[in-house]
Amino acid sequence: MSARLTVPKTYKLAIGGKFPRSESGRTYEVRSAKGEFLANAALASRKDARDAVRASRSAVSGWAGATAYNRGQVLYRVAELLEGRRAQFVDEIVAQEGVSSAVAAAQVDAATDLWVWYAGWCDKYAQVAGGLNPVAGAYFNISAPEPTGVVAIIAPQDSALLGLTATIAPALVAGNTVVVVASERYPLSAISLAEVLATSDVPGGVVNVLTGSPAEIAPHLADHADVNALDLAGAEHLDWVDLQMRAAETLKRVLVPGEPVASPERIAAFTEVKTVWHPKSML
Amino acid sequence: MGFLDYAPAPESRGILHLKDAYGLFIDGDFVDGTGGSFTTISPADESRIAEVASASEADVDAAVAAARRAHTKVWAKMSGRDRGKYLFRIARLVQERARELAVAESLDNGKPIKESRDVDVPLVAAWFFYYAGWADKLDHAGLGEAPRSLGVAGQVIPWNFPLLMLAWKIAPALAGGNTVVLKPAETTPLSALIFAEILQQADLPPGVVNIVTGAGGTGAALVRHPDVDKVAFTGSTAVGRDIARAVAGTGKSLTLELGGKAANIVFDDAPIDQAVEGIVNGIFFNQGHVCCAGSRLLVQESVHDEVVDRLKTRLSTLRLGDPLDKNTDIGAINSAAQLERIRTLSDAGEAEGAQRWTADCAIPDSGFWFAPTVFTGVEASHRIAREEVFGPVLAVLTFRTPAEAIAKANNTPYGLSAGIWSDKGSRILAVADKLRAGVVWANTFNRFDPASPFGGYKESGYGREGGRHGLAAYLKPSRKEITR
Repeated sequence: MSARLTVPKTYKLAIGGKFPRSESGRTYEVRSAKGEFLANAALASRKDARDAVRASRSAVSGWAGATAYNRGQVLYRVAELLEGRRAQFVDEIVAQEGVSSAVAAAQVDAATDLWVWYAGWCDKYAQVAGGLNPVAGAYFNISAPEPTGVVAIIAPQDSALLGLTATIAPALVAGNTVVVVASERYPLSAISLAEVLATSDVPGGVVNVLTGSPAEIAPHLADHADVNALDLAGAEHLDWVDLQMRAAETLKRVLVPGEPVASPERIAAFTEVKTVWHPKSML
Repeated sequence: MGFLDYAPAPESRGILHLKDAYGLFIDGDFVDGTGGSFTTISPADESRIAEVASASEADVDAAVAAARRAHTKVWAKMSGRDRGKYLFRIARLVQERARELAVAESLDNGKPIKESRDVDVPLVAAWFFYYAGWADKLDHAGLGEAPRSLGVAGQVIPWNFPLLMLAWKIAPALAGGNTVVLKPAETTPLSALIFAEILQQADLPPGVVNIVTGAGGTGAALVRHPDVDKVAFTGSTAVGRDIARAVAGTGKSLTLELGGKAANIVFDDAPIDQAVEGIVNGIFFNQGHVCCAGSRLLVQESVHDEVVDRLKTRLSTLRLGDPLDKNTDIGAINSAAQLERIRTLSDAGEAEGAQRWTADCAIPDSGFWFAPTVFTGVEASHRIAREEVFGPVLAVLTFRTPAEAIAKANNTPYGLSAGIWSDKGSRILAVADKLRAGVVWANTFNRFDPASPFGGYKESGYGREGGRHGLAAYLKPSRKEITR
């Protein structure tokens, strides 16, 4: 009896809740650590990046406007579905990174747990980061964090799933939407994660995934006037100082390259504190 | 003299003990600069006040070196309790010398004495008092146990609230254990130099605060200095962009408080009398030299005529003139350059088709003045609706529905502040949620408090000043990874 012939997946982009090919028609070969062919991933273009920003912008009001409890449940749902697809993610990481199953499984588990951790932050962060301000006058005065808007992320390049999760999840907590450029070498898990997100009640356009060359796409995202913040976590091998300087033109909030540590500071980086005053002098 | 005319009631300048020339305040002493000097004048009559040193790159270098030494050897090692005590001392000294500081501020800046006396200087004291109490409570600031100071802060401040902006910058920096090199604006160095004398009276250790006067070049040298760890800037968005570029890749922390084009939204159910007072306060406070000024009035169509008529009546009662006169409502424009910018944009408003109305008031013969001006029939595309005038010029636009008001309010690259006037609490909260601005004043405007975070969204900058958030801008969190 001959071995069953497998059905390989076509890995495309994830933009606005759909999975389109690059409008440029370009792809690039993804190979395993041993050099075997794995897939032709989409090589996203500047136009794809702009489409992703547009999709991301139109998703802001819905996602930011959802209740924090609702966002928390959606992010928890991501963890549930990731757990259910554990074997698939382990296989993909083994194939891409060339690590053992145990190491790959540890990465998937860590990513799943991180979604759970950030899910719980959704309806707590505002209380921790905001509060009533005791001003010297008859005023009700309250500060609360709000999402910055559209966050463009250069995902960590050296891991297929964990770095991606560690950058996307905190940006989603407060209600931002995301355009993420996946790891160039390990892009397959990013597209599989987009499939998980699409079936986890994450609204279309909230997370848009681009695969391809960060060096090519990042400058366009750094320049784009409708991007509010730039996470350069995975940009250490790019000319990231140039990206930060480009971002200055529209005064984007920028996180410089570095290992994304799970912390409320990551949530804070993509929030704006709003303070509201109202008199309370009428009896 | 009619019943609306008041006899002159100028505040005496006798309380000032100004020197003829001021040096730079470096390492606890006034020293001669090596970059020449400039004259600071009163914008109300263009008279000379004093000669002020202009700091060269070498002077900035000396100031940063003094701040570094003070940070390493004294200030970062000092107990929070003692740092706090110095800040309390400063707050008290500001209160003791409040009248002198107010007169100096109005003289140098041109703002009415009633504002410098009742708003600026009391807030300066409050700011130091507030942050003094934080200095020994950093463990409780929400940044983990024993958050660390950033080091040397290079701070550049504007001319619209010279002493208040100094307090916003210096108080949280010192409370957090940082040392400071501060550059006041070129046209308003005076109150910062008197403040340096206060620091001497407080016996603040040398080098903890250094003040380098000068123009843009001095500020550029300061924010680009390699030994500065933290840059804080309040000023124009254009300069803020340059600073953000200069700081890119250096590892310096950066907070920017930049321009604004705030919408002040008046709904048809608003208490109109209070709203009119709020509109006046929103755009004519401090001659409109306010980054969070309510420079775009969005008024619901059904009450437009009533609001505009009452506004014009109210504006006709404002007194423009001598900043040191206690009855003055509108003082002098801070500089000839700023007056020119206000004129250019106002002329553009007329040229683009908006209807100009200017309060009928006598303009003094010398000095820089601009009468309160209202443009009606303004469209969103007009320059006066898009660009920051930073002067006593109000652009009036209309709307029909709350959704339209929100869309128009947010139709700007800025996002510093906004105002809402309505009698319906639920509407106020819903609209406040939708406005992309860092400070929202509902049924009030232009309120400031050291406990209240202030700062912008979008191109109005990033970071907050005031409150616990303002303190965090000068600290490195010690929080560890918490997962698993």
